[in-house]
This record gives sequence, C-alpha cells and structure tokens, in this order.
Amino acid sequence: MQIAVASGKGGTGKTTIATSLALSLASLAKVRYFDCDVEAPNGHLFLKPEFTESTPAVIRIPQIQTEKCTACGRCVEVCEFHALAKVRKNILVFPQLCHGCGSCTWNCPENAIVEVPNPIGTIERGMALENMEFFRGLLTISEPMPTPIIRQLKKRMQPQPNTINIYDAPPGASCSVVETLRGVDFALLVTEPTPFGLHDLKQMLGILSDMQIPSGVVINRDGIGDDSLEETLREYRIPVLLRVPFDRKLAENLAAGRTLVDVYPQYGDILRELYQQITEIVGGKTK
Amino acid sequence: MSAQNRKAKQLIILSGKGGTGKTSISAAFAHLNAAHANSHPMVFVDADVDAANLSLVLEPESLEPKEFWGGSLAEIDPGKCINCGACSPVCRYDAIFPDPKNDQVQWIDPIACDGCAACVYACPEGAISMVRQQEGNWFQSNTSFGTLFHAELFPGRENSGKLVTLIKQQARLYAEDIQSQCVVIDGPPGIGCPVISACAGTDLGLIVTEPSLMGLHDLKRVLGTLRHFHVPAVVCVNKADIYPEGTRAIREFAAVEGLDLIGEIPYDEKIPRAMIEGKPVTVLFPDSPAAKAIQEVWHKTIDLLNLQED
Amino acid sequence: MKLIISAQGSSLESQVDRRFGRCMWLILFDTETDQWEAFQNPGTSQSGGAGVAAAQFVVDNKADVVCSGDFGPNASRAFQAANVEMRHFAENITTVQEAIDQFKQDMLLK
Repeated sequence: MQIAVASGKGGTGKTTIATSLALSLASLAKVRYFDCDVEAPNGHLFLKPEFTESTPAVIRIPQIQTEKCTACGRCVEVCEFHALAKVRKNILVFPQLCHGCGSCTWNCPENAIVEVPNPIGTIERGMALENMEFFRGLLTISEPMPTPIIRQLKKRMQPQPNTINIYDAPPGASCSVVETLRGVDFALLVTEPTPFGLHDLKQMLGILSDMQIPSGVVINRDGIGDDSLEETLREYRIPVLLRVPFDRKLAENLAAGRTLVDVYPQYGDILRELYQQITEIVGGKTK
Repeated sequence: MSAQNRKAKQLIILSGKGGTGKTSISAAFAHLNAAHANSHPMVFVDADVDAANLSLVLEPESLEPKEFWGGSLAEIDPGKCINCGACSPVCRYDAIFPDPKNDQVQWIDPIACDGCAACVYACPEGAISMVRQQEGNWFQSNTSFGTLFHAELFPGRENSGKLVTLIKQQARLYAEDIQSQCVVIDGPPGIGCPVISACAGTDLGLIVTEPSLMGLHDLKRVLGTLRHFHVPAVVCVNKADIYPEGTRAIREFAAVEGLDLIGEIPYDEKIPRAMIEGKPVTVLFPDSPAAKAIQEVWHKTIDLLNLQED
Repeated sequence: MKLIISAQGSSLESQVDRRFGRCMWLILFDTETDQWEAFQNPGTSQSGGAGVAAAQFVVDNKADVVCSGDFGPNASRAFQAANVEMRHFAENITTVQEAIDQFKQDMLLK
C-alpha cells in the first residue's frame, strides 16, 4: 500500500501526521518512510534515523567531446531548455538548465556527446525508530530542480505485499508534488480550517482528480478557523478521516521534535483505525 | 530627466519551511505602509504561484486574467502513429505507453511529460509534435493597499519559476511607471526554482521562521540560498512563544551567523481570525500582540531598505 | 561596429530594459551605417534559459557589443566565450537612443 501525505498549503502538519502514521503502523506491517520534501526535509527530526547510506542524486548532463564535435549546432537546435549554446566553434553546456533528457546526445550526428553525472543532491537511507526503513532526498542549495531527486527516491519503492510505503510530499501544488503522488494508492491530505488551507487544498484536489487518486482529509489545528473547509469537503465528497484539535501543549512538543504519538499515545489506535478506513476506500475503488 | 534613482528596491519574504506566516505578515506590511501618512506607494507580488494566498487577505479587484504560456508538451497524432515503439525507449520520464483507449497507437501522459521533445526526433513518421501549453493565469489587481501582482499556476504544472519571473518583471516595470520605491515579494516555501526566481536580484531578504526544530533546520537552508544568490538577509521569529527554547536556539544561531534578528512575534489567534475575515491582522486587531510586533518588524525592515524620504 | 541593446519597445525612443534575458526587444544598431533593426527577444517566450536563448541570438547576429543592465550568469558566460563585449547602462539612461549616444561617446560602463 502506497500512501502519500500532502496538503497544498505549507505548515499544516504533513510531517507531523506522516511520521506518526508511520510509527503507528509499524506494529501492523513493514513500513518504509520516504521524505520527498527534498528542498526542506523534516521527517528525520521526528523519526531520528541512523543514516547508513548516502548516494549522490545525479542528472546526466551532456559533455561535448571536442575532438569529434563539428559545431554543427544540432544539439542547440533540439534542446528545448536552452541548456546549450553555440559560440564561435564551441558548444557551451549550462548544467543548471539541463533536464537530463538525453535528447542532444541521441541527436548528435557525430556521436560527439557523452553523458556525465551532475550531482544535484543526495539520497540517503537509514533505519529509524520502530525498525522502519527511512529514505530521504536532499536538494543541494542553489540547485533549482527537486523533481529528479524525487523520481530517484521513488525508484526504491519496491511495492511488496504487507509493506506500507508512506511518502511525505512537499508543500505546494506543482510538479514536485505530482512526482511524489505518481503511482500512490491514496493521498492523505492534511489541512487547516482556514481560508489559506482551503484555497490550497482545492489545488490539490485538482491534481488528484487528474491523477485519479482517492483522498481523505485530516483537519489539523481544528478550532482555529471556521466551517468553510468542511462545507467544501462535503460538496466535493472528500471524507474527513480525522480531526486533530489545536493544542498549544502539542504545538510546543512538536516544535521540540516529539511526535504526536509520543505526546498523546491514544493517536496510535486512532491512526491505525484511519489506515483501516484508507484500505476500505482504496479497496472500494478497485472493485 | 531627473537624476533620481529610478530603480525600486525589492524585498523578498521567505521561510524555507511552509506555514511560518509569510503571507499574513506580507499583508500586514501592505496595510502598515498604506496607513502611514507619508507613505510611498509600494507594489506587492505574491510569488507563491501554486498556492497563492495573499489575494485572500488584500481584497483585490482583479483586472483581467492574463494567460501564462509556459513550456510545451509532446502529443502523438494517432492518425500517423504506426506503433513502431521507437518513442518510448527514449523517454526518461515514463510518459509514453499504449493509449488506454486504443492500444494500436502510443499515447503520452501529459502529467508525466517533461517537454524534452526527444520522442519528436525519435519518431520516424513525424507523428509527434510539441504543443505549447497554457499553464496558468496572472493578474494585476488593485487593492486598497496598493497594486498586487499575483498568479495562479494550474495544478500540477511545471514552470513555476518562469511565472514568478514574469510577475516580478511586471511588478518592477509598474513600480518604475508609478515611481514606487519598493516592491514587496511574498515568497514560496522551499529553496528550489520558484524561490530562486523570487529572490534573484532582490535587495533584502526577510526570513520569517518559527521556533521549532523544523523551522531552524529550514532557516539554515533558505539562508544558504539567499547567501548563494548574494541577497542580504535578516530574520524574524513568528509564533515565538510557542517554544521559547526554540526561539533561543534561533537567537544563538543568528548571533553566530551575524544575522540580524529583527523581531519576535507571539502566537496570536487573531491572525487566523483576520484571515477568515479576509483582511490583514493590523487592520482588524491593531492592538493585538501580533499586530504590534509585526509593526516593529516593518519599521526595522523599511529602515534597512533605506528608502528615501521625500 | 554592431551593437545590441535590450529594450522594452521596438523603437529608438523606447525605454531600455535593464534585464537582458527576458527583455521584450533587442535593438541591433550598426555604428558605421547608423542603420538599426528591432527584433523580438527569443528569450522572453522560453520556459527557462532565457539568458542563453537571448545570448545565442546576439552571437548568431555577430554583434560586437551588447548593452544591458544585468546579464545574468548564463548570458555572461556565453558572451565571455564568444568575445562579445558587455556594457552596462548608467543609472540615468532611459531610452535606446540615449544608450547609443553614450556608447558613441564611450561612456557606457564596462
């Protein structure tokens, strides 16, 4: 079972819920946690993994073999991203614009391009609390593109029976969120009952509808806002699976890196029950 | 021709971690500037284009939406496709597979397609073409606090960086037209492409953080980003009393880094209350602890920007 | 000598554009003949790499000098490799014509 935890708006509590969900399910099945917020990952602060492996996340970028290059400019023509320029008799490569698609390499009539790895971040793996496998990606500061790292992270997903993969998605509603959601069975949306939470959740619902992924909502910090969120969810027929009331003591503990299930152990059962509801929704969809 | 410096200063508000309060603070800044007797017109930009919230608290009257055309996506003409299979091996994004509606031809998933056009060149029949995509809309809106440039990226799209650059550019040109001294940019979370586009060429970065381990961790990442792009930065802590030890850790970090800590704003439920009313917190609850603290941060920020008095 | 100037409009009276990569227009001016032509910047419509696209255009048109405010790292690199001289507008320059006049008097900043 593959579950992504997403939100649209940042700071609604995705990581709080995702990490405690993972901890609660560790007694039921093998759980693997993927922190896909590669720009600003926080899962490790709660799950405290011991990292055992770190590999560079790379994009394959072109390297021009000058002895074979005739500067015909074909590579410059085919590059959709302007990552190549022809200047006098040389071809310049701009690595930060390169998407690593390989098109220039295949199109070179002289076979004068080879691909070399350009590291843009790292992929790390470790063992966290409750004997859980923990994976995360980390984008190098100043690198623009998180999506290739998320893609590489998800290549480790290996869906297996009796394994639950939990993906903590980045905030927002653009391509890095889509990459995190690809192939998952269910999206657990964590939001807050405010106009910002609602607005950004609608963006997420748009994506999930296009991708045909079922979803359910956790209303976090319940009580700080009004009912507009729940009214909207009723209209869209998205189930509210859990409400976590706003609670200063909880907020302080989360700030200190304690998990929801540390502070209120009863959430262990509540989150296991939530998982049951998710399996029913997913099972219902495939009928 | 006046010798006055015509270039407006640009302030970027970032956080690293989402949800620290950038937008609520940006809205308050808009009001505080407009309410000041000797204020200069300022121009505002909501650069969080896939989750744009600033317009929800500034009551904009939108002028017409303008289309944002981003990159292109590949499309296969089923009439020309001979199902030779030359295209899918060259696609590194797993975007090409048999059409679910007609398995005699190949189909490209627009959600997965990266727009690289490798398949276009691989196809022996010329059955694939690149089609430009409208990826969102942008707006120039009047608000009672100044003009707001904002956008809505269609859900799931790429090219948020390009859209950010576009609305920043429009804001800058407009600021020059009206002789505004400052453009305030409410930034997105994270440190990737839209953040880089948002902070490029700005004069000052105000990092809004929160006193949690997460807040501090992401503060370090966004500070690294601002420094990489040569943007001087200062920091303020929002919800500072939620975890005083966390605020202490941020103060220590700031001291070690030579980073100015220009304010600590207490947690205040007036902020979500004001959000629900659709107005800046300084309008509805000017005597609230948060509003007063935000006012302090605003005064220090405009001092740092060194705006000229008339 | 061929000069290219980044501009907001397509005439010599147009305002200059201080950002090279995404300017709307590139004005090509020949100092020997005083002939000029306005081109839409191929960089504006690009999803990324505007600076590279615009720089490629300048290089392909065999300009000797390019004038703008801020070139960005990619265009700068391309121009250095191509030996195209980069010149910057002084603060008080507003129109393309002013930039041309200043260039002729060798007053544009390096």
